[in-house]
Amino acid sequence: MLPFILKRFLTAIPTLIIVTIMVFSIQRMLPGDPALILAGEDRDPQVIEFIREKYRLNDPVPVQYFAWLGQVLRGNLGQSIRTNQPVTELILEKLPVTVELSLLSILVALLVSIPVGVISAVRKNTFIDYVGTVFALSGLSVPNFWLGIMLILLVSVQWQLLPASGFVPFNEAPWENLKRMIMPAFVLGTGLAAILMRQMRSSMLEVLKQDYVRTAQAKGLMRRIVVLRHALRNALIPIITILGLQLGGLLSGAVLTEQVFTIPGFGKLVVDAVFNRDYAVVQGIVLFTSTAYILINLLVDIAYAFANPRIQVSGEVS
Amino acid sequence: MTGTRSSEASEAGAESLESPTSGIRNRALRRFLRRPPAVISFIFIILFVLVAIFAPQLAPYDPAATDFTAVRQAPSETYLLGTDEIGRDELSRVIFGARASLVAGVISVAIALILGIPLGLISGYYRGVVDELIMRFTDALLSFPFLILAVALAAALGPSLTNAMIAIGIATTPTFIRLTRGQVLSVQAEDYVQAAKASGAGDIRILFKHVLPNSFAPLLVQATLTIAGAIIAESSLSFLGLGVQPPTPSWGGMLNTAKNYMSQAPWMAVWPGLSIFVTVLAFNLFGDGLRDALDPRD
Repeated sequence: MLPFILKRFLTAIPTLIIVTIMVFSIQRMLPGDPALILAGEDRDPQVIEFIREKYRLNDPVPVQYFAWLGQVLRGNLGQSIRTNQPVTELILEKLPVTVELSLLSILVALLVSIPVGVISAVRKNTFIDYVGTVFALSGLSVPNFWLGIMLILLVSVQWQLLPASGFVPFNEAPWENLKRMIMPAFVLGTGLAAILMRQMRSSMLEVLKQDYVRTAQAKGLMRRIVVLRHALRNALIPIITILGLQLGGLLSGAVLTEQVFTIPGFGKLVVDAVFNRDYAVVQGIVLFTSTAYILINLLVDIAYAFANPRIQVSGEVS
Repeated sequence: MTGTRSSEASEAGAESLESPTSGIRNRALRRFLRRPPAVISFIFIILFVLVAIFAPQLAPYDPAATDFTAVRQAPSETYLLGTDEIGRDELSRVIFGARASLVAGVISVAIALILGIPLGLISGYYRGVVDELIMRFTDALLSFPFLILAVALAAALGPSLTNAMIAIGIATTPTFIRLTRGQVLSVQAEDYVQAAKASGAGDIRILFKHVLPNSFAPLLVQATLTIAGAIIAESSLSFLGLGVQPPTPSWGGMLNTAKNYMSQAPWMAVWPGLSIFVTVLAFNLFGDGLRDALDPRD
C-alpha cells in the first residue's frame, strides 16, 4: 500500500510542475506588454515601472517563473486589477458556493445513476434498459446551459414553482438556499448522471458475470439480495474513480450553470474576470482548479486502493 | 428460390475474392447498417452538413436582416420559427448557425488529431524519457477543466470563432495522444510489426505503414465522439460571448441573447438549443454505432 501511495505522489509532482509552467506561459502568451496589461487603465510610467519591479518583468523569463512560483507556494496568486483584492481571497470567497453546487449535483447524479444503471444491467436488453440508454445518451448530448434555460422557462416562468435565479447563503436561510440551488444542481448533475449511469450499467454487468455472484445465486439466495448485497458493493468501486475524473467536467459545467442561474460562484468569477481583462484572477483560477483536480484525483486513487484490497497487496492499480 | 441460391453463391464467391481488408470493411459496414439509430444519425449528419453548406440557398431571409416592425414575433406563416429581439428571422439564423457548429466541430478535431497523433506515435514507439515527458504534459493538460482552459485560452487569444477552435483543439488533444499511444503499444507487439522491424523497415515506415493504419478504427470513433463534444464546447464559448461574435449567427450566441427574453419570447431559446441537442445526439449515436461496427470482438 505505502509503495503505491508513494509512487502516485511522485507521478503527481512533475505533472504539477508542468501545470505551473503552462499557467505561467498562458500569461506570457497575452499580446502586448504584461506590465501594461497588469496596469489596466493606469498608464502612468511610474506605476508601470513599479509593476515591472514588483513582478520582476525586467528579469529573464526563468527568473520570473521561479519568483512567481515562490509567491504561489506562499499562497499569493496576485491581486485583482479591478477590485485590488488578493486573488486567493476572491477564490476562497466564491469557492463554497461552487462546492455546494457541485456536491448537490453529485448527489442528484448518484441518486439517478445508481438505480437506473443497476436496473438497466439487471434487465439488460429490455424496454427499461433502452429507456435508460436513451436517457444516458440524451444527458450526454444536451448542452447544460440550454437545459437550464428550458427549466427556468417551464418551472419558474410557466409554473412559477421555483425562483429563476439568485443566491442566498445556506447558513443565512437554508430553505431559500435549497429552493434556488435545486434547479442548477439538477442541470449540472444531468451530464454526470449520464456518465455514471453508463459506467454503473457496464460494471454491474461485469460483476453479475463473476463466479461469486453465480455461487450466491446457486445457493438459492433471492436475486434481489444477490444484486444489492453482493454485486452492487463491488460494482460501485469504479464509480469512485469516475467521479474523480469527472471533476473537471463538473467545474466546466459549473461555469455555464452559474452563468444561467446568476450564481456568484467560481464560474461566474472566471467569466467576469475574462470580460474585465482581470488576468491575475483568470490565471489564479486556472492554477487553482487544475491543482485541485490533480490533488483530488490523488486522494481518489488512494481511496480506491483502500477500497480495492488487490492494490494493497500488489502496489499496482489492477 | 433458385435465384436466391445463385445470388448467395455469387455473393460467397465475391467474398472469397475480396482482400482481407475489404472483407473486414464490408463486415463492419453490414454491422453498422444493422443499427437503425446509427444509420438514422448518419443520415441526419449528412443533412446537417448539407444545410450548413447550402445555408444561403435554404434560408428564407438574410440572417442579419433586421425588421423593426416584426420584433420578437411568435412563429407564424411568415416567420416559421419566429423572430428575435431586433426582428431577424430565427429559422434563417438557425440554418446559418449550423455553419459555425460544423466548422468548429471539424476544425477543432482536426487540430487535435494533427497535434495528438504524432505525439502519441512518438510517445508509444520510442518510450523512455520522451514518453515520460509527453505523458506528464498530457496529464497536466488533462488536469485543466476543459472549459476553464478554453476560456483562459480564448481570453488570452481574444474572443473569436478561430480562437475558440484553437482552444477546443488544444483542450481535446490529450485524448488523442493517449489513444494513439495505447494503440501503438498494442499494435507494436503484433507479429507483422515485428516482421517489418526484422526486415529492416525504418521507424517512419513502420509507424505510418503499419502502426497508424491499424489504429484507424478507434481514432475514427473517438474523432466522431469528439466532434460532438467540440460542438457543445463551441456553443458554450459562444454562449459565454467568447466564441462566434455577433452579428454572425451561432446557436450558442443565439441562446446567450435568448436568455434575456425568456418570458417575452421563449421560442428564441427553444430552436437553437434543440438544434445543438439533436446534432450532438446524432454524432454521439453515430460514434456509438461506429464503435460497435468496428469492434472486431463483436
